[in-house]
Amino acid sequence: MDAVTLEHITKTYEKGTVRAVEDVSFAVKPGELFGLIGPDGAGKTSIFRILTTLLLADSGTATVGGHDVRTDYQAIRNTVGYMPGRFSLYQDLTVQENLNFFATLFDTTIAANYALIKDIYEQIEPFRDRRAGKLSGGMKQKLALCCALIHKPTVLFLDEPTTGVDAVSRKEFWAMLGQLRQQGITILVSTPYMDEATLCERIALLQGGKILSIDTPDNIVRAYPHPLFAVKTDAVHSLLHDLRAYTPVLSSYAFGEFVHVAFRQNQPNNDAALRDYLRARQHTGIVVKPIAPTIEDRFIELMTANSTAAHGN
Amino acid sequence: MKQLLVFIRKEFYHVFRDRRTLLILFGLPTAQILLFGFALSSEVKNINLAVVDFAHDQATQHIIGKLQASRYFHLQQAPLSYAAMETAFRQGKIKAALVFPANFSADLGHTGRGQLQIVADGSDPNTASTITTYLTAIVGDYQRQLNQAAGALPFQIVPETRLLYNPEMNGSLNFIPGVLALVLMIVCTTLTSVSIVREKERGTMEVLLVSPFRPLLVLIAKAVPYLVLSLLDFTLILLLSVFVLDVEIRGSVMLLYGVSTVFIVACLSLGLLISNVTASQQVAMLVSMMGMMLPTLLFTGFMFPLENLPGPLRLIPNLLPSHWYYLVVKAVMLKGLGFGAVWRETLILLGMSVALLGISLRNFNIRLA
Repeated sequence: MDAVTLEHITKTYEKGTVRAVEDVSFAVKPGELFGLIGPDGAGKTSIFRILTTLLLADSGTATVGGHDVRTDYQAIRNTVGYMPGRFSLYQDLTVQENLNFFATLFDTTIAANYALIKDIYEQIEPFRDRRAGKLSGGMKQKLALCCALIHKPTVLFLDEPTTGVDAVSRKEFWAMLGQLRQQGITILVSTPYMDEATLCERIALLQGGKILSIDTPDNIVRAYPHPLFAVKTDAVHSLLHDLRAYTPVLSSYAFGEFVHVAFRQNQPNNDAALRDYLRARQHTGIVVKPIAPTIEDRFIELMTANSTAAHGN
Repeated sequence: MKQLLVFIRKEFYHVFRDRRTLLILFGLPTAQILLFGFALSSEVKNINLAVVDFAHDQATQHIIGKLQASRYFHLQQAPLSYAAMETAFRQGKIKAALVFPANFSADLGHTGRGQLQIVADGSDPNTASTITTYLTAIVGDYQRQLNQAAGALPFQIVPETRLLYNPEMNGSLNFIPGVLALVLMIVCTTLTSVSIVREKERGTMEVLLVSPFRPLLVLIAKAVPYLVLSLLDFTLILLLSVFVLDVEIRGSVMLLYGVSTVFIVACLSLGLLISNVTASQQVAMLVSMMGMMLPTLLFTGFMFPLENLPGPLRLIPNLLPSHWYYLVVKAVMLKGLGFGAVWRETLILLGMSVALLGISLRNFNIRLA
């Protein structure tokens, strides 16, 4: 039995004018680390709130641990762990008081499940008497994770746990998720950071409330259909301009210090032809190198394909 | 049960760690009681009074002695003439003057009818009317003494008051039941609604809802601390009234606590209702302050006499729990009446509390939207 299922879930706000989630279906296997990847406004939080029984979907059905989110909400609330996107602990309580409060709320004690949170809690223990509001961003997330884990949930919902957290803490956080997976806890995590997608077992790419693709990160990258190059010259602005005017190029977008360029057709002299074209346009310091696509490249490609298809209709 | 206790303890942490909440809880009632007790009282003290005594006899000395003994009056050096008196009035040195004619005692002794004049500064009519009432009372006191001493022969002193105004001498203690209603209303309704809305605003409500803790227990856990704190407030006001304002509590204190508990439950339910329909602390604060304080001030009856309300508006007070609470507390605290005299009002209040509590529990949102 799947740990989480969604079937044709649709959710609108403002009397149907804002479509937050549109006909979303997917399933998460027990013990899986599943990622919802998408920019702000893609519908990640709405999906989380529907699954945690906080919101009712307009249509469609969803289950968590076999319980229906609409009718069997208390059973779900009893067993899942939820960490909302915004820091949602009591800022005026200390680290220790927060953890104690949530442990008791879930009818357990810190001691009973200490093994589960030990690795994480040890990092914040030096600050146990500090008020939660005075912790750094990374510490807050660790405390929130402890509080969400303290009752050994069967399914853990983490809504953008690494947003607003520094790079080192992000890395640590994902390492912790990896450890939790070893304990057999099903984890549903959302993130706007594409680089974090590869750390999940399977991901769903979300855009505008719709699912663009669901697969393992490797398969999603592998499905990228175009030859891709990273291009750099001394004049970045005119480079983007010139690339757009160059017909063999399907799409080009800034990606760090490089511009990623996808060609319409896979021809062996693509890069040489592009170099000639740029030289003719008075560019200097030209670098053109073939690269392997990332999740983000695939995301942008799916997004553009999707919107072109929509316009075509 | 253990969950509930931990939750309630958490609520107390919130209260005692937030200076603003503490200020509303304990600063507000203290300020209100002291303000109404001393500053906003209709009582007039230390009135500068001039005595123009043309008689200089035993009777006038007697009355002047009584005036000096009174804490209401501050006797000025007596001006010797009408002209000097008028100057003193114009310069604001005196608020009132008492004029004894030259033949005051003679008239009193021979005809049994003495006349004197009270002159008051009418630019502040309320104060002036209070002053004349005080003076009349003091003169009347002297008259009674004379009559007792003389036995059969009635003496009559007729104070002639130049500024006639008939104030209904409101008992100055009337305000304490009113302040009680006002403070409990504000503390319970505002603090309860704000504390629930804060959980929504900060996102902690999401986490609370996604837990085994039943949503209704959230409400109970919120209500219990504020019930306790409100009763503390009630005690604070009683103590201030007794020890600072020298008010005597005539009726049963237990009955007062009982009725207050019922009233507090009504206010808490109102607070829960407000928290259901508002999404931010500011709005909750505004709604409970404006929506509760103004009607309480206007329609409870402690500031403005309800008899003055025009026809249909006179029905409004009946809808306010604070009105019934005010009636009961006034009767028990100031008149010393027992439960037998106020059971009807108490019952109405109880009915309102139960109804409000039912409505707020039914409307509590177990989801986010």
